[in-house]
Amino acid sequence: MAWKVVDRNEAIVEAEGPALLSDAVREKIRSFFDRYETKRAALLPALHIVQDTLGHIPHQGMMEIAGLLEIHPSDVIDTVSFYTHFWTHPKGKKIITVCRSVSCEVMGGEAVLNEFKKQLGIGEHETTPDGKYSLVTEECLANCDHAPCVLINEKRHEGVKPENVAAILADPNNDRVTMERSTLFDAPGDSKARDSAQ
Amino acid sequence: MAAYEPVLLRNKGVENSTALKVYESRGGYQALRKALKMNPEEVVEEVKRANLRGRGGAGFPAGVKWGFLPKDRTVTYLCVNSDESEPPTFSNRVLIEIDPHMLVEGTIITAYATRAQVAYIYMRVEFHEQFHILQKAIDEAYAAGYLGSKVLGSDFALECYIHRGAGAYVCGEETGLIESIEGKRGCPRIKPPFPAVEGLFYKPTVVNNVETLCNVPHIIERGADWFTGIGPQHSTGPKLFCISGPVNKPGCYEGAMDITVRDLIEREDMGGGMLPGKKVKGVLPGGVSVGILTADELDMKMDFQDPAKYGLLGLGTAAAVVIDQDTDMRSVLRNMARFYGTESCGQCTQCREGTAWMHTIARRIEADGGRIEDLDIIAETARSMGMMPGLSICGLSDGATYPLETIVKKFHSELEESIRAQSPTETDALAGAVGH
Ligand SMILES: Cc1cc2nc3c(=O)[nH]c(=O)nc-3n(C[C@H](O)[C@H](O)[C@H](O)COP(=O)(O)O)c2cc1C
Ligand code: SF4
Ligand code: FES
Repeated sequence: MAWKVVDRNEAIVEAEGPALLSDAVREKIRSFFDRYETKRAALLPALHIVQDTLGHIPHQGMMEIAGLLEIHPSDVIDTVSFYTHFWTHPKGKKIITVCRSVSCEVMGGEAVLNEFKKQLGIGEHETTPDGKYSLVTEECLANCDHAPCVLINEKRHEGVKPENVAAILADPNNDRVTMERSTLFDAPGDSKARDSAQ
Repeated sequence: MAAYEPVLLRNKGVENSTALKVYESRGGYQALRKALKMNPEEVVEEVKRANLRGRGGAGFPAGVKWGFLPKDRTVTYLCVNSDESEPPTFSNRVLIEIDPHMLVEGTIITAYATRAQVAYIYMRVEFHEQFHILQKAIDEAYAAGYLGSKVLGSDFALECYIHRGAGAYVCGEETGLIESIEGKRGCPRIKPPFPAVEGLFYKPTVVNNVETLCNVPHIIERGADWFTGIGPQHSTGPKLFCISGPVNKPGCYEGAMDITVRDLIEREDMGGGMLPGKKVKGVLPGGVSVGILTADELDMKMDFQDPAKYGLLGLGTAAAVVIDQDTDMRSVLRNMARFYGTESCGQCTQCREGTAWMHTIARRIEADGGRIEDLDIIAETARSMGMMPGLSICGLSDGATYPLETIVKKFHSELEESIRAQSPTETDALAGAVGH
């Protein structure tokens, strides 16, 4: 039997179905190309945009980004796998990030984490069954003057005590910053779409 | 003591301080106008004379670094390090929240001095509000003609972009940061070549910290002599200090580098003393990576020279966290070990394995499964990694060495006592059970 030689350096991108990334998302990613010398350098922005839009970065999303940036899919996977802020599987709508670094720990951060675990009924790196919350820990959030601190999506919660956790969870805007925003990575129509989804 | 006049935080408390109009009304962008009338080389020379030492941790003189750029270069990049990932440091955050235009102005002047055409501000992704504040300032600066193809009508052109990170401590290291902007894993590069010669997209690149660049407009405006007149020799200029932990007024304060750790904790205009009932057990005075001080060592000066006398790596980020007497040193040891263990990028064997094993051992000690010799093993492991013995690519592993070794050394008796107080059955059960 003769060997069939396959060129492994060629990207083998098999379309898995209709395009996942909308034209608007593709356009937004392309708008970053001018900023850098290489298209690959638009990868972090691209991943942020896709994750903000879809909630995570699925395999097909990585393939499509590779196509847009004209790089090998494995380069995209390589980068995605390095950063804690990118995830390839769905997480909750709101990500609760509890700081675990030294100032927050000294100021009682662990008790806050435990209270979140208790009230949500989940452990670290887990998501509530209703898909509303995921709970993670992170190293220092550079907010140590307000330790212990917690980030819910974009919003900082400062000086959190275990007895504050219930009120934080009850607040529907616990992940929202109240300021004029730049739209750089926001999903198109983001806040309105999310409001109606809730 | 003469009252210190704030420079970097001079707009703290000013209403709407992030707005361009307010910044301009308080003298903002005058330094840029002045710089544009000078040659780029003269700007570099002034910053060199000021001996502005980098505020990002290593303390390398900024003007000297800019002087390393090859003379015949055609493309130059400027990367502004706003990764601020070193626990417990938050001074860059405070600067951006109060005075984003000071950073933008410093960035523009530095780009002019180094002939950079593009500036990337690498910002950690957890900075959301700060991102929106800074982006708005950049937009305003473009609209006012401070950025763009003709800066203030001159031939100097500069584009400025924020590049958001994605959660990795090591991306604060300058070459990890460069790799991350290029869209890759944030794995630091082997040096040399240094970024000044071969940096972003393999072009000459300058990487500077946010606070370093915020000093630049003031140096240009008031001159190098003014700058060197502040603080002790070798450690001149205004400096931000962070204090956190159980003190009355945790926060970011400004002063000359003539204050001591005790001042930072106790002065009324700084930390304001310990919370009622709390006593200092130890202090990590310069970010975690420089090592720890005992309660007897609080007279250490927060400058570039004194920390070495206390066995520390350096001034670091000048961000102190107080460990109080109610905190078990075993948990601090474990916290440090976990940080470096999970943040090591894994390229260098000593760093990857060393930090992971120290974490394993520190967890074992904390879980009442320690052995006396574990303390020696941690110290020895710490000593056998790092750039200084030439065993690793970046300074993360040196940063791991100092806190772990100094905690084990300076708090040896406490740790030893805790280990001796364990019940033997628990020791046996846990010693083997705690893996990675
Ligand atoms: C592991 C590691 C993390 C670092 N993190 C930061 C950081 O978050 N911010 C920063 O300005 N410098 C950081 N540095 C230092 C940078 O490598 C570099 O020295 C600095 O940005 C240069 O700027 P400066 O000369 O203005 O201080 C880090 C270094 C190491 C080894
Ligand atoms: S010292 Fe550690 S973090 Fe730095 S390059 Fe080596 S493995 Fe990576
Ligand atoms: S230690 Fe928690 S924010 Fe810095």
